[in-house]
Amino acid sequence: MRKEGDPQLGPIATHLTRVVHTQVTDRDDAPRTAAYDCAVPLSDAPAIDPAQAATAGAVPASPAGAAASADHGVAVEVRGLVKRYDGRAVVDGLDLVARQGAITAVLGPNGAGKTTSIECCEGLRSPDGGTVRVLGRDPIGDARFLRPRVGVMLQDGGLPTGVRALELLRHVAAMYAAPRPVDELAERLGLHGFARTTVRRLSGGQRQRVALAAAVVGRPDVVFLDEPSAGMDPQSRRAVWDLVRELRADGVAIVLTTHLMDEAADLADHVHVVDHGRVIASGSVRELTDGVADRGPHGDPQRSEDAPWGKGGGAGPGTLRIEARPGLDLAGLRNVLPASLSDGGGAGAAPWIAAEAEPGVYTVTGPVDPSTVAAVTAWLADRGVLARSVTTGSRTLEDVFLDLTGRNLR
Amino acid sequence: MTVETPPAAAPAVRRIAAQASFETRAILRNGEQLLVTIVLPVLVLVGLVQTSFLELDTQGYSRIDFVTPGVLALAVMSTAFTSQAIATAFDRRNGVLRLMATTPLGRTGLLAGKVLGVLAVEVVQVAVIASVAVALGWRPDLGALPAVVGAGLLGTAAFTALALLLAGTLRAEGVLAVANLVLVLLTVGGGVLLPAEQLAGPLAHAAVLLPSGALGEAMRGALLHGAVPPFSVVVLLGWTAALGAGAARLFRWH
Repeated sequence: MRKEGDPQLGPIATHLTRVVHTQVTDRDDAPRTAAYDCAVPLSDAPAIDPAQAATAGAVPASPAGAAASADHGVAVEVRGLVKRYDGRAVVDGLDLVARQGAITAVLGPNGAGKTTSIECCEGLRSPDGGTVRVLGRDPIGDARFLRPRVGVMLQDGGLPTGVRALELLRHVAAMYAAPRPVDELAERLGLHGFARTTVRRLSGGQRQRVALAAAVVGRPDVVFLDEPSAGMDPQSRRAVWDLVRELRADGVAIVLTTHLMDEAADLADHVHVVDHGRVIASGSVRELTDGVADRGPHGDPQRSEDAPWGKGGGAGPGTLRIEARPGLDLAGLRNVLPASLSDGGGAGAAPWIAAEAEPGVYTVTGPVDPSTVAAVTAWLADRGVLARSVTTGSRTLEDVFLDLTGRNLR
Repeated sequence: MTVETPPAAAPAVRRIAAQASFETRAILRNGEQLLVTIVLPVLVLVGLVQTSFLELDTQGYSRIDFVTPGVLALAVMSTAFTSQAIATAFDRRNGVLRLMATTPLGRTGLLAGKVLGVLAVEVVQVAVIASVAVALGWRPDLGALPAVVGAGLLGTAAFTALALLLAGTLRAEGVLAVANLVLVLLTVGGGVLLPAEQLAGPLAHAAVLLPSGALGEAMRGALLHGAVPPFSVVVLLGWTAALGAGAARLFRWH
């Protein structure tokens, strides 16, 4: 996995960096704890110089790194952001970096502080502590500089309801000296089908597309998208993703919040998982799904911290996912799994974790290989259980997310 | 990376003009807004002039000459206050204010666009009301035009400030109710249509101090006497300063 923009980082940094409890006060020059400083390297690498970029380019690029032409300079930098509502801190020491030519996803449960953080970056809310820099500028003090360069898609759309879809887009375009051609953009996002429909009568997904078009019509350098594909049908979502990838290829920094794990997994170069107003994990999707064994603050107690595959070594953990009737007794499953056989049954505990993640959905996590699948299906056959599906693969981003943020409803 | 001109804003004049035109179209296209800003004043004009169910002391003027200035004042109130308060409140609730504030338009541009939009709608209102009034026999002295414009601007300033104060502090549904209720109350007892001294009891003294009474007096002064009474100017400026300061301090964008 290529580490974009961070060529100087050692192997450790390719694993998840947990931003441990930080003590950040309102003052930028205030002392910070060692834990804070530890967290900095992954998220705070300076813009790489051309020589380093050339080295980095020599490393085989992952699909996510396809936009190698962009310079990956820091576009958004948030340090120790604090925002309180009525004395309650909804953002509490949040650090975040987004680079040019990269898609940065901010994941988190409802109420985690995602939208508030983004709104501080957009200049819509003033921080109670910490610093926010967009293109090196203060979003509020340098608003006049930033407004033409920053595109915004608000979570609630922010579209006036009484005007027609394309009329609105033309209006927003009129605010810029050299906007994208409205018709071409409308074509890209399929807006012509409802060009003359008032915003009030558009579906949720159609409104989202208009809002996205409004966010990018000014040819911004930085785009903030707050849940861009909420309420969209799969076709729309695909069109939106294509456009977002194209922006990345043009060197735009894209920051998006989302609840959709597949959106983050497919799109993002870098993911920040936010909970309780701070970043609790960050890294590329691969780093998060491969190298994570650390328990989140509310992590799944089933996942042990000292599992042998825990630190994401070469063999790496895999997950076998089985959908079958709920309520299977998993106690016997461990005994048939290959690793325990090869271990000679005794000494080292079998490195398997088997659990019923939700009723009827079982996960077997460990060094999954072909014999694992054979053993598990044989075990199912012995019990006369017909699985609806058996899939292999490393843990999904959703697994990681739930481990980090807990499974409780908020 | 394709080399393009760095992102830049359109010139401020163009941004504000675009916003003003956008706001104007939004109001003129909205059925309920048209009802309040155009239909209501015209109905009041026709009703007061053509029917006699309301006994009017026209102070020696013809009914049309006496009523039309008050109807123009009512028109200013309906647009600068009721219509603008409701539109802004719903824009605020729907996030429109925040979204437009992130574009090169910015907050001040948005405000400027709104004020110019109000003035543009008022031009339409005056054209419609004046046409109906002329059809009903109104023959105003065109020399009064500058005074009428002055009175209209002063009233617009005071009532737009009130609209923004309301829209920036209450829930949208609350603004909808309050803005309509206040318009009705000021129309009936606020010295807009009829001179304050013709109102019953203490209202006769109180109404001249209200922005509605002051605007009514200013319009009647301009059209009946050729000059705006200084007292009305002072009252309107006072309200503009107080309400504007309140709106600037209390307006919430979220």
